Amino acid sequence: MTTETLDAAPSATRTRRRPEPPRRTAAERWRRRGPLLPALALTILLTQVPLLGTVYYSLRARNLLRPETDEFVGLANYGTVLGDEYFRTAVLNTLVLTASTVVLAMALGIALAVLLDKKFLGRGVVRTLLITPFLVMPAAAALLWKHAMFNPLFGMLNWALSVVGIGKVDWVSQFPMPALVLMLTWQWTPFMMLIVLAGLQSQSTEILEAAKVDGAGPWDTFRRITLPHLRRFIELAILLGSIFIVQTFDPIFLITQGGPGQATTNLPFAIYQTTFRAFEVGEAAAAGVIVVIGTIVIAAFALRVISSLFQEES
Amino acid sequence: MSTVIAPSWRRVRPGTVVTGALAWAAALVLFFPVLWMFVTGFKQEAQASTDPPTWLFTPTLEQFQAILGRNFTPYLLNSLMATVGSTVLVILLATPAAYALSLAPVARWKDALFFFISTRMMPPVAIILPLYIIANNIGMLDNITMLSLIYTVMNLPIAVWMIRSFLLELPKEVLEAARVDGAGFGTEIRRIILPMIAPGLAATALICFIFAWNEFFFAVSMTATNAPTVPVFLTGFVTSEGLFLARLSAAATMAALPVILAGWVAQKWLVRGLSLGAVK
Repeated sequence: MTTETLDAAPSATRTRRRPEPPRRTAAERWRRRGPLLPALALTILLTQVPLLGTVYYSLRARNLLRPETDEFVGLANYGTVLGDEYFRTAVLNTLVLTASTVVLAMALGIALAVLLDKKFLGRGVVRTLLITPFLVMPAAAALLWKHAMFNPLFGMLNWALSVVGIGKVDWVSQFPMPALVLMLTWQWTPFMMLIVLAGLQSQSTEILEAAKVDGAGPWDTFRRITLPHLRRFIELAILLGSIFIVQTFDPIFLITQGGPGQATTNLPFAIYQTTFRAFEVGEAAAAGVIVVIGTIVIAAFALRVISSLFQEES
Repeated sequence: MSTVIAPSWRRVRPGTVVTGALAWAAALVLFFPVLWMFVTGFKQEAQASTDPPTWLFTPTLEQFQAILGRNFTPYLLNSLMATVGSTVLVILLATPAAYALSLAPVARWKDALFFFISTRMMPPVAIILPLYIIANNIGMLDNITMLSLIYTVMNLPIAVWMIRSFLLELPKEVLEAARVDGAGFGTEIRRIILPMIAPGLAATALICFIFAWNEFFFAVSMTATNAPTVPVFLTGFVTSEGLFLARLSAAATMAALPVILAGWVAQKWLVRGLSLGAVK
């Protein structure tokens, strides 16, 4: 019995190559599943059961302030949500916020990763400083940007811009979306940078040397060898980054409260408002399901990239 | 990966100097807001809100004392309980799960792995409402145990993927040698596997600590007076009257410092955690 279990290690490599897993007795199968079950059970209990709950609520008309109304209304909530100006604006804002942040953070992240891939004095310190924005508690970072950076009178952003002759700007009320994108780009650049850097450092030095010997310049080498190699890492960073940035809530809640007007109301904030301020359970749930569907579309691509990196590793 | 390579100064080329200068400039710009937060926390309020900014001043601990006097401690304790509790639970659950998905794999281990990772991609707003209603019905709303369980599930996918990647890196010879020596199943795990992946477990715990400590959405939705954590404390600074920037900076510094330090310590493994184990 013990030997069977101890055979596990080689069989791990075996199952990876063969589609058919080795035949095992039912008892043996359950003994193998045992260690997995607690983690699996808790995850299902706290993610899949609530998700089913959301789907259920999305089909009902229910407001927590009027408990007497609770009836099945089919897809009516989805119609309301999709036809509602408030939610449509939120979808648009979510797309603008996510796309702008991902593109800017990725461009900066690639540039910084390329720099960090070279040798220079104090590289370790620079790397440590560069990852710090991602580590700062997002709620603290949001308030810090709101009051210390964006403040129209004594914010550091206006002070820095005054050097180039730009006058006092009230960032949060005049340019709320660019201000949020700036703050989020600052926060997410380290994430992109770290994944791209890992990609750069996994390049084979032999190929780079060969390119050099063949007389390829640094730009040609970067464009023709490094970028194709980096493609999957960049894809992974963009997809994971998108999934997480779509979920942005902290800075909206703390800096703009979705405003002015609805200028920065994204989907998570809109759903939060609908749930905890208007108590419109059905509509909030329908919007939640729509976010999940959107996320599944991105996640399907993300999982494919992860799976291809994963295959390469094994 | 993160080792600082000391340049040999005889072969310094101008390109290296330019790269270094650019990288240092970028690092200082991106790090500046953090530095400014740290510095401002040691100011008097009048020095914190000036135009142009005040660079030189006599540091004071006044703001930190004021924050601690403003009942910060309960929030800190709640954060500690939710973070440490969930991290311990994550490691206890994820280690056997990772084992069952790597060294002694179950039949459909790949499906299970991708199921875990897909739960990490699910937007919290999609499940907050049922969680809120369930917690309310079983009397676990505004409850630190409930928050810890949520953080456990939030971090499980990362932990499973990370620990699995550490298990797969164990040298096969060691595992086989143990088998030849006739080490039993339990002994193999306790005496050989666990000590060897201990650094990996520590790294995983640090990554989970970072995400749990910084979490805001569930904390602000599911807690009120009993179980609010440090990020919830900060919401008190959303709209404040008068001068409060120095005090906010002191609070933000105290809130952010544990994770900044943890992240610096764990930076070698950070990318593995952020990419859910997909990139090393």
